[in-house]
Amino acid sequence: MKDPLNVLVVGVGGQGNLLASLLIGSAATEEGFYVSVGETYGATQRGGPVMSHLRLSKRRAYSPLMPEGVGDILLGFEPVETLRALGTYGNPNIKVMVNPRPVYPLEVLSGQTKYPEVGKVLEAIRELSGEVVVVEATELAKRAGDARMQNVVMVGCLATSGWLPLRPESFRKVVVELFGENSPNLRALELGMAEGKK
Amino acid sequence: MGRIGVDQPGRRMLLSGNEAIARGALEAGVQVCSGYPGNPASEVVEALLEVSRDFDLYVEWSTNEMVALEVAGAAAATGLRSLTAMKNLGVDVCSDFLMTVNLSGTKGGFVLVTGDDPAAHSTTTELDTRNYARMADVPLLEPSTPQEAKEMTKWAFELSEELGLICMVRSVTRLSHSRGVVELGVLSRERRKPEFTAPPPWTSGSSTFTCMFHDMLHQKMKTASEKFETSPFNKYEGPEHPNLLLITSGPSYTYSAEAVELLGLQDSVGILKLGTTWPLPEELLFKHLRLAQEVLFVEEIDPFLEQNVKMLAAEFASRGLKPPKFYGKKSGHLPAVGELNTELVLRALSGLTGVSYSPRPSEYASRAEELVGGYVPGRSMAFCPGCPHRASFWVMKRALKWEGREAVVTGDIGCYSMGLLPTGFSVEQTLHCMGAGIGTACGFGKLERFGFDKPVVSVSGDSTFYHACIPALINAKWNSSNLLHVVLDNSTTGMTGHQPHPGSGITASGEPSPPIRVEELCKGIGVEVRVCDPFEVDEATKTFYEMLKERGPRVLVFRHPCPLTESEKKKRKPRVYVDQEKCIGEECGCMAFCSRVLGCPANIWDYSKGKAKIDEVLCTGCGLCAKLCPAGAIVVEEEK
Repeated sequence: MKDPLNVLVVGVGGQGNLLASLLIGSAATEEGFYVSVGETYGATQRGGPVMSHLRLSKRRAYSPLMPEGVGDILLGFEPVETLRALGTYGNPNIKVMVNPRPVYPLEVLSGQTKYPEVGKVLEAIRELSGEVVVVEATELAKRAGDARMQNVVMVGCLATSGWLPLRPESFRKVVVELFGENSPNLRALELGMAEGKK
Repeated sequence: MGRIGVDQPGRRMLLSGNEAIARGALEAGVQVCSGYPGNPASEVVEALLEVSRDFDLYVEWSTNEMVALEVAGAAAATGLRSLTAMKNLGVDVCSDFLMTVNLSGTKGGFVLVTGDDPAAHSTTTELDTRNYARMADVPLLEPSTPQEAKEMTKWAFELSEELGLICMVRSVTRLSHSRGVVELGVLSRERRKPEFTAPPPWTSGSSTFTCMFHDMLHQKMKTASEKFETSPFNKYEGPEHPNLLLITSGPSYTYSAEAVELLGLQDSVGILKLGTTWPLPEELLFKHLRLAQEVLFVEEIDPFLEQNVKMLAAEFASRGLKPPKFYGKKSGHLPAVGELNTELVLRALSGLTGVSYSPRPSEYASRAEELVGGYVPGRSMAFCPGCPHRASFWVMKRALKWEGREAVVTGDIGCYSMGLLPTGFSVEQTLHCMGAGIGTACGFGKLERFGFDKPVVSVSGDSTFYHACIPALINAKWNSSNLLHVVLDNSTTGMTGHQPHPGSGITASGEPSPPIRVEELCKGIGVEVRVCDPFEVDEATKTFYEMLKERGPRVLVFRHPCPLTESEKKKRKPRVYVDQEKCIGEECGCMAFCSRVLGCPANIWDYSKGKAKIDEVLCTGCGLCAKLCPAGAIVVEEEK
């Protein structure tokens, strides 16, 4: 494993970045890593771009913010935010998992600017990444009972993708500890896990 | 029970800096905790609240930081261990008490946790509270990681008790809101019995007594300084004779360590990480300054270490120190504003050593810039879907326009500070600190005699009203200032995560407590007050308009709960949808009113049909857009 392994989770305030990074970070803690998770929040419930930096190391606690250009894995809850993050943290080897469902910014709603075609955005993401997986996480989350659980679906998908040096069981354990055995969140995680294996 | 109460010494847990601080307090046997919500410090109090029953703690949200520090100070004066946590500006609020309780001292460990906010992510200033430690002459600890935050907080209680002096722990956003692996220690179950015995009185005295206490304070700080010389929280890593020495504190240490590693400078650059930053460990600094030719200070917000170490270096000259070259904020090697990160330290180090670093091919970087520039729209903050503030600002915008004179609208601290932005139709025109909206309105409202004829409106939230607006409202009444104060009452402290306040009907720990109503307070003061629901747009607009025309101090409460509170989220929401047959699309006389003007993230555009649409994932069913749609095309379908 590359050490430190730098994982980014990006989205829009309200999409559940915090929970996603807590799940990944806790699973890594379970497996004995030094984990640092940096969050940009404060305005998270207010529709701005949000980002979590996760840094996994066997050697020491790294800073909670990764330097530019060193992202290894990017979990994106929104297409243009995923592209935005690649601009700063991307490099030719980065692996990207993205939910293609747009969340429109105020600038688009107010007509000042247009939201780009999602297909073009995905194309740009592919050009800037080593590997890209598109996950219809909002649709899967609806099947688990609540469209907002797309974050947990995405984490489930990442858990079984083989991109992380972590066992899927560790994720399951963390979710059960936080939400219990019969929670919709566990259903969302498992749906994501099944999707990630594909 | 809350996560921080896990009784498994040795277990590794992923905790935020704030949770780690709270855990440290539990391990130290804290019994009383107080605070006022404020980013980035709120979660310290919240984490302790979650375990308050299991550990028999008294935890309260106080009306403001001044009272919070006084509540904790009283407990500490009886010998209990107590903690207060607040954001940077909170220390301004409590500074009167801080500047006297430093002299009167403490019996039990008394710890003030401050959350500074470099880059002002969620604050209106980059205040550096380390200056308060120097001003008040109290010991200051600066943790770098969550693990250290836990250890330092625990030690702060011991130190405070030993010195008989309040002790400060300074966190910053990047620590408070970051998570790291923390190895848990042993929990304290010690429960002390409070004792308050006189004499001696608990006071900072007056005249010669004050001078005596002041002298005692200096003695305490001398003892602190001696202890700091050997503190394990200060550590040096690097070669014995470094060409360049970095002196750093807080999370800046982690950026420094990573930058040195990335540049491969471990053999020539040393890092002196200071955890005890006031008073400074002078001998330790003497030892390291003697061995370095150049020094770079890496710290956040003010050049606190930079200035104080330079002063020491001048003193050390008489002991034969040849002062090294100093770099930092003053020299421009690091920015004097904003947050630091590994890049900024890399850049400073590259400039000083000539060693460079590039993480990705330059062609990649320029192509990425091109694609991001071509596709990625801006994304500014917006009120959440269903937010009553959107309705309130819409009402105010409309009534102010009808009224015709250009009103002065002063804002305050909370989610509704965004009333300055397009999401609040830019209704607000000022923003400073808690309570400054109505305070400055008192001033604007007295300028008529000089020919200032604009109506004056001030805006505050409910929690801010209790925190800092009441003295100004009394002032407005007493001095008959012409102002209309609008309280945006969403029944919670929204910005910081829905903490209760005096109007909520419950205390921090959920105990019932009769709500103190804004309107009753106003009536008690003798100020005219009216209450309405901003979602009843027409009635609210009419009321606001009428009150705008009146004179003297007046209060209008716009009351509607925040849709994000747990109790509101549990309510079933009506389905809202656009009848696309009725929607007149781009032809809408109001320029696609719902999405373009109202600016609710759930009012989106269906490009394929050229008609409006509701994003049902985001919509909370408030129905505001349905009330305002000029074509009556938006349907609210109540749950059957």
